[in-house]
Amino acid sequence: MTFSKTRRLAMTGLRLGLLAVVVVLAFGPGFLEVGTMRLCAQVFLLMVLAMMWNLLAGYADIVTVGQHAFVGIGAYALYGLTAKAGLSLPVAILGAGAVALVLAVPITAIVFRMRAAYLAIGTWVVAEVCTLLASKIPGYGGATGITLPGQVIRALGGNVRDRFANLYWISLGLVVVAYLATALLLRSRVGVGLMAMRDNEEAAGAIGVNLVASRIICFLWAALFLGLAGGVLALLNLRIQPAASFSLIDYTVYVIFAAVIGGVGSIEGAIIGVLVYVGLRNAFSDYSNLYLMFLGALSILIMLVEPRGIWGLIRRVLPENIILVSHPYRGRAGREQGES
Amino acid sequence: MTAERTSALLDLRGVSMRFGGLSVLDTLDLAVAPGEILGIIGPNGAGKTTLFNVIAGVLPPSEGRLIFDGRDVTGQKVWHRCRMGIGRTYQIPKPFGKMSVFENVMAAAIHGGGVSIHTARGRAEEVLERTGLLHRATLEAERLSLLDLKRLELAKALGQRPRLLLLDEIAGGLTQAECDVLLQIVRQTHVEGTTIVWIEHVIHALRSIAGRMVVLYGGKLIADDTPDAVLADERVRSVYLGEVT
Repeated sequence: MTFSKTRRLAMTGLRLGLLAVVVVLAFGPGFLEVGTMRLCAQVFLLMVLAMMWNLLAGYADIVTVGQHAFVGIGAYALYGLTAKAGLSLPVAILGAGAVALVLAVPITAIVFRMRAAYLAIGTWVVAEVCTLLASKIPGYGGATGITLPGQVIRALGGNVRDRFANLYWISLGLVVVAYLATALLLRSRVGVGLMAMRDNEEAAGAIGVNLVASRIICFLWAALFLGLAGGVLALLNLRIQPAASFSLIDYTVYVIFAAVIGGVGSIEGAIIGVLVYVGLRNAFSDYSNLYLMFLGALSILIMLVEPRGIWGLIRRVLPENIILVSHPYRGRAGREQGES
Repeated sequence: MTAERTSALLDLRGVSMRFGGLSVLDTLDLAVAPGEILGIIGPNGAGKTTLFNVIAGVLPPSEGRLIFDGRDVTGQKVWHRCRMGIGRTYQIPKPFGKMSVFENVMAAAIHGGGVSIHTARGRAEEVLERTGLLHRATLEAERLSLLDLKRLELAKALGQRPRLLLLDEIAGGLTQAECDVLLQIVRQTHVEGTTIVWIEHVIHALRSIAGRMVVLYGGKLIADDTPDAVLADERVRSVYLGEVT
């Protein structure tokens, strides 16, 4: 089965289109208003969260409902590294990811003693414990939280516009890096094993895929990027607070909605899901929380029609993914020439 | 017997498998010599597939030990045994449905065979050609027919270049010509140095290729000899062939 020329052309067009969007977005602060830049930064960070949930649930079969733990850890680490340790912003943001990664190691040891539904509940409990602990750290504002000090805010930019432009670029940079790196992970040996796991876990083990190691790699990978996103979210909100920084609803529940609507088990699904989620949220903002009912109804409908989400529907006409993580067979060079 | 045991590639010592009160394998002793083609027959429910699951590491045996290549692998995970050289096919195919046929075999070569992605690509192509699936290479595995899915099971296992290959009823439903092609593939794999244990109901296929045949019945081995001798055995005929005809 070879793809027709028009289909190949369409795929190239879509890929160039995606690239063009990223390039245009890079110039966003030149023409966007402050409010729009803030919204875009939130969307970029949500995309990072959705991709990480997608990596865990869609490939490694780790259905976590506790990923807000690492977002919160990243936020608190950022506060500590800037306000307490006095590190520069770039170092502190990277440090937030590193702290989340390091703390993920003992969490892995606890959570991975469980499987399936127990693991899901386990991640939730761990996140709740983290939230509680965060409110008990002396000097971090307790349960009411604390605002980032003036020098940290000034380091982001001299005025509001500069601050949000920088936050916009940092978030855009993070989403691009997170997606590129995850795509490369999925293309690697580890990724080939993950796709096999996604499709049939027992058979993946039988062809030599180390299920335990693969899961741990994914979990740590997600923790790193969730921590980075958490650090940037603290900068975006200008404050940390246990309930808000470790928000189950904002950083796990909505993210799961987005990932499921968009399509679990594909990179494109995470992007589309977040866009649909934020789009609906804004379209129905006049009807208070009515959008949540639409979101719920939509996700149920999509799961019934196509378990692989909106991207699964689109893939019925597209021959391959836009962001290629598979290893397509291109045929023997000599043979193809001989045939054509 | 002792000398044969120490030189065995696979050695099952007193292996039992119980599910609750149901005993599926009963203190089984079985040694497979390197370079052998061992056929396993037995009526449905005799414990044949359970035996493979115990050898591959899907099920931990209730009792007994498994020695592979001189090492005790009883506590080893499935993927460790696979990397040590145990490859298997599933009687009910378990493809990686959303991956292409090519990627299915490539994944097996990368992980079970331990080769680089680049090497795995070449090997996958070679194995697909050998198993007659190359024209399906770009297809998503879930779109394959049952017959092709069975071929893919074999292709995945061959992609690993296993030292011990466990084949679970791969000849069922084949025409005579297809069966001959399959036998040719198995023979070639054997010549290249793979030891083969083959569970099969298609007796004539097994008879033509196996150097030794055992009969599993009620979780025990009731015969262990050359195929001709086993199939001539009165007891085997009554418990097994008698049931079929």
